[in-house]
Amino acid sequence: MAVTSRGVARVVPLAPAVVLLALFMLGPVVWSFYGSFTNAALTGPAALNPEWIGLDNYTALLGDPEFPKSLWLTVVFVFLSAVVGQNVMGILLAGLLRSAVKPVRSIASTVVVAAWVLPEIVAAFAAYAFFHSEGTLNTMLAGIGVTGPDWLYSTPMLAVIVANIWRGTAFSMMVYSAALAEVPPELTEAAQLDGANGMQRLAWVTLPVIRRSISTNLMLTTLQTLSVFTLIYVMTGGGPGTDSSTLPILAYQEAFKFAQVGYGTAIATVMIIVGAVFSVIYIRALRPEVD
Amino acid sequence: MRTARFFVAPVTAAALALSLAACGSGGGAADDSTITVAYQKFGNFTQADELFKKVKPAFEEANPGITVELVPIEAQQNDYFTKLALMNRSPSTAPDVMYEDTFMIKSDVEAGYLQPLDDYLAEWDEWDQFVDGAKEAGAGDDGKTYGVSMGTDTRGLWFNKDVLAKAGLPEDWAPKSWDELLEAARTIKESDPDVVPFNMYSGKPQGEAAVMQGFEMLLYGTGDTLYEDGKWVLGSQGFIDALGFVETVFTEGLAPTPQQALDTNIGNTVQGEWLPEGRVGIALDGSWVAGNWLESGAAPWPEWSEKMGTAPMPTQEGQDPGAVSMSGGWTLAMGAGSENPDAAFEFISMALNRENSLWFDVANSQIAVRTDVAEDPEYTKSNPTTKFFTDLVDVTNFRPATSDYPKVSNEIMVAMEAVMTGQQTPEEAAAAYDEAVAGIVGDENTTQG
Repeated sequence: MAVTSRGVARVVPLAPAVVLLALFMLGPVVWSFYGSFTNAALTGPAALNPEWIGLDNYTALLGDPEFPKSLWLTVVFVFLSAVVGQNVMGILLAGLLRSAVKPVRSIASTVVVAAWVLPEIVAAFAAYAFFHSEGTLNTMLAGIGVTGPDWLYSTPMLAVIVANIWRGTAFSMMVYSAALAEVPPELTEAAQLDGANGMQRLAWVTLPVIRRSISTNLMLTTLQTLSVFTLIYVMTGGGPGTDSSTLPILAYQEAFKFAQVGYGTAIATVMIIVGAVFSVIYIRALRPEVD
Repeated sequence: MRTARFFVAPVTAAALALSLAACGSGGGAADDSTITVAYQKFGNFTQADELFKKVKPAFEEANPGITVELVPIEAQQNDYFTKLALMNRSPSTAPDVMYEDTFMIKSDVEAGYLQPLDDYLAEWDEWDQFVDGAKEAGAGDDGKTYGVSMGTDTRGLWFNKDVLAKAGLPEDWAPKSWDELLEAARTIKESDPDVVPFNMYSGKPQGEAAVMQGFEMLLYGTGDTLYEDGKWVLGSQGFIDALGFVETVFTEGLAPTPQQALDTNIGNTVQGEWLPEGRVGIALDGSWVAGNWLESGAAPWPEWSEKMGTAPMPTQEGQDPGAVSMSGGWTLAMGAGSENPDAAFEFISMALNRENSLWFDVANSQIAVRTDVAEDPEYTKSNPTTKFFTDLVDVTNFRPATSDYPKVSNEIMVAMEAVMTGQQTPEEAAAAYDEAVAGIVGDENTTQG
């Protein structure tokens, strides 16, 4: 009896938060999952009475030639901009800034963090202005006598990947700065005394010590990058054609441009699965909980 | 399936919050003392906004106690349909009166967004002024009337006489076939490489403008069609040829670069800047384009009537009837959930009475659908191109009048964009279109062309 009332007393203050979370976070997720099995649409007969159509959206998706391309572009985007770009740049910057003198450190980290502080829409327009055919990059190239290509049109994926690295590196850098500060100096000193060079100390001492941060950071940046929409939408609109249509762009297009909400939510569900696959890989590969 | 409607609620709410915030107006139509009017206002198209701003005070004076709330939706055409559909999904935001494209009516009727107007129209003594074509344009699949036509339109070729003269082309230039049109574009390109010889809308960002002003103006000139005897035509040679034309103009550099063409604002740029500045030679566009250049328009250009010429869009080989055009138009429709349908209809009938229809048709360069307006000298003299575009009604075509059309139209945009960017050949894009359409309407509703 005493246990139950104490249990209730503990639950009550939590209830509002749980209810709000369930209502505004879990609710839409569950309904979106449910919606992916219906033919819900914005107009036409299905707008009034969406019908349960089972796996039809998923079979249509698998038969759609746009889908494998979009899935591939998403994987490329996430792998190059988050896994490789933001993480490697982040750890390099964090390492370099540790050994830099103070003014360099403050100036460099301010510049990097500025991109992170910008609202996404502003960052996206800045990147658009940078890569535009008459933008900053091509103006600078013209200054040294090089005619740059129309980046957003001829190499849209390269442009959005570089833009996303620019925008997201600050986050990884901060995570790794904190992690590196926690590496006990006696470990690296001991390794140094044993004759390990800089690369060896990084590979055999520093990285193993901070691998929990690596795994957490990889997961966070991956999930964040997987859902990047504004940046790509503003810069290329998913085009030209479908050459930079990652899954979020494709889902938006199907649901809100082509009014097929059910089909769009099916794509959203696939995104959740892709995110889950990435997460499982990190957890397996880096096993943060075993020491 | 009551439950199925729930899942869209969060989506709707989020999107609505955005769209309402965007248009700076947070009203709903939940009570019967307010009439909400939703319409598009984008770029150079401000005429609907002006019309409703004119009607609002007059209506409020005639109907004390009722307020008109105007909800201009600032969005490009396809986004406008999306935002309007999202508003319509929730009773608290569904407008009482909306600016509705004729090609969306049948689909929106099936979605339950619109209310039939037959009872009101039967008592409206001005309804017999509307021509039969306009009455049909506002009908749903059930034969009831859902929209009152504001005007119609036709499409053809606009050209800048200065640019053509520089290329040695005559002032009364009129191509007889696609080849002659392409030849003229190539000549312009040679005479001045900085000029865009020919503009047509293409690709997903241009939405229905790409499909109707661009693709269908080509397809309906090949002798083939999209829809025949209740079935969607697949695998027609005309479809491939029309895509082939798109491929030619974009790969030969006769049209804007694909990146320019895929910019959401190209329509405003071409009409407001490039044509007046002589940076485009020929433009395949609508009869309303001159509305931009009138004094009341968004880009006034007093000399336009001397500088701009018009020519009918030729058929592919010049086959009968020699020219081709497409017609559409917009209506005012009433929301299914209107709390005060009497007042809503009162607003519609006031906005489209003789005086206001005349104002809108002149300001927006529409082809009048009211007989009394069509005969009015103010209308016939308003614009030197009125006669040209009105005559095109003889060769005009209408889009397939089915509720599947908007979805099929999306597939045409996809095919155009794939071809203009070189991602697919016309044959491949046509095959992808065939497959997609069969998936949308069902194999039993298709036929081989």
